[in-house]
Amino acid sequence: MATEKIITSKDVHLYYGEREALKGIDLDFMAHEITALIGPSGSGKSTYLRLLNRMNDLIPNIRITGDIRLHGQDIYAPATDIVQLRKEVGMVFQQPNPFPFSIYENVIYGLRLAGEKNKAVLDEVVESSLKAAAVWEETKDVLHQSALSLSGGQQQRVCIARVLAVKPAVILLDEPTSALDPISSSKIEQMLVNLKADYTIIMVTHNMQQAARSSDRTAFFLDGKLVEYSETAKFFTAPDRKESEDYISGRFG
Amino acid sequence: MNVKQQDKLATGVLYTIASLIILVLASLLAFILIQGLPRVTWHFLTTPARSFEAGGGIGIQLFNSFYLLVLAMLISVPLSLGAGIYLSEYAKKNWLTSLIRTSIEILSSLPSVVVGLFGFLIFVIQFKFGFSILSGALVLTVFNLPLLTRNVEESLASISSMQREAGLALGLSRWETVTRIIVPEALPGITTGMILGAGRVFGEAAALIYTAGQSAPALDFTNWNPFYIASPLNPLRPAETLAVHIWKINSEGIMPDAVAVSAGASAVLIIAVLLFNLSARWFGQHLYQKMTSSGKKGA
Ligand SMILES: Nc1ncnc2c1ncn2[C@@H]1O[C@H](COP(=O)(O)OP(=O)(O)OP(=O)(O)O)[C@@H](O)[C@H]1O
Ligand SMILES: [Mg+2]
Repeated sequence: MATEKIITSKDVHLYYGEREALKGIDLDFMAHEITALIGPSGSGKSTYLRLLNRMNDLIPNIRITGDIRLHGQDIYAPATDIVQLRKEVGMVFQQPNPFPFSIYENVIYGLRLAGEKNKAVLDEVVESSLKAAAVWEETKDVLHQSALSLSGGQQQRVCIARVLAVKPAVILLDEPTSALDPISSSKIEQMLVNLKADYTIIMVTHNMQQAARSSDRTAFFLDGKLVEYSETAKFFTAPDRKESEDYISGRFG
Repeated sequence: MNVKQQDKLATGVLYTIASLIILVLASLLAFILIQGLPRVTWHFLTTPARSFEAGGGIGIQLFNSFYLLVLAMLISVPLSLGAGIYLSEYAKKNWLTSLIRTSIEILSSLPSVVVGLFGFLIFVIQFKFGFSILSGALVLTVFNLPLLTRNVEESLASISSMQREAGLALGLSRWETVTRIIVPEALPGITTGMILGAGRVFGEAAALIYTAGQSAPALDFTNWNPFYIASPLNPLRPAETLAVHIWKINSEGIMPDAVAVSAGASAVLIIAVLLFNLSARWFGQHLYQKMTSSGKKGA
């Protein structure tokens, strides 16, 4: 399959005040693939991920240099519509964070605010998004109950459905399963693999097996630098770098 | 003494203190209600007060209290929402916003009699509004605004920042995230604060004595044109409220049944304030359940 680069980044540096948290990252993402970002705590994975939908913008005293492009467009150009960018690049967080509204409202909230009123359309989006997020069976009879009444794993899948309903091109996930039990985790993992056909997925994870099983490429971060970026099968069997090997075998981090 | 006994002792002490507080409150309430309720009839609630003979009511004062309350809330609710949203969601942390916060804190701890005198100098004298509903409503706003603003700010600040990130990450604008996610989530807390504020305003006397005035001229309840001098809605007429009326009867009342009138008016005031408090709790919970659609099924 011919792969197309959907996001490119060149020489990205990020400073929190004086502290350099990203030290020149070059990293490109292929459309319709799952890319796993791994690395020890504090290595800059979340910081990098949040650059891609400009979630870092609100942090005071932050400085960003370099070049990040989505579909060839510089997302840090002054003319960029951040709201539009975030519709294209959705994000799922570590802690499930549904709104304290009904499951139905959670999924269609973005659409409704965008002005969609047609109930048939909304119903359809709710069903297809919840199905794609593999949580339809569990929620179809309780759509109008609070999303907070669901289990953590179900909440996280509703949060994913909420992102899917906006129809982004790219989905960023920051340790989406680290707060969940193994069964919920593997459901989400399986679901992500199924979503590849329609979305590009970039996921931070601390779970080596998860990265090895579900991702196509793996990027290994260490101390604000990208140490190695290669196809997942190669990365986990024959890494190029000594640090990668040490990390995989659990020698540090 | 082992840990278990300590625990028992501490629990016992706490229970005693709690029951003491409840006892004081209950006997106070019982006293006011037993004294006052026999006087409270439909006639008492609807007829004007009398200065020299017995048999007067509190009709106009009651109306004035509600009218002032509505006006004061009409001004202070939108202002406090705006200020609270700004402080919680938009204000950067710098010397200016910390100055604003400090001022609000100081304002909210000013004694109401001081606020009243300030209102007298500014609204009554300087702006020439006289002793009037308008002066009263403005001074109640000054009195109420800081507390309401803090309540709004705190209610908003108590919503987890993850909810803001969730909204922004979905491609909602900052304003949409605030108004369509954060404010609705904070609405139960905000509403409770507003209703409690309304109760406080309703029972306020000191701030009104020199602003809304101490007289309740006869009103013509058939003419609602706000520009007509005896219209109930006329904002420039003096308007003694229920709380001010109670204070006045007790300091200089010369009607023969002053004690009974004062007791009846107090009972009415207490009941109204209690209603505000109870409805605040009920309404807040109800709204929260509705927002989170827990419990009953939605549409
Ligand atoms: N808002 C912030 N302000 C200042 N420094 C920050 C901020 N967020 C992160 N950092 C610092 O930047 C570095 C990278 O943090 P980041 O959260 O990206 O790490 P991470 O790889 O996601 O770690 P983890 O696996 O623990 O989530 C850390 O040293 C952290 O202390
Ligand atoms: Mg992280």
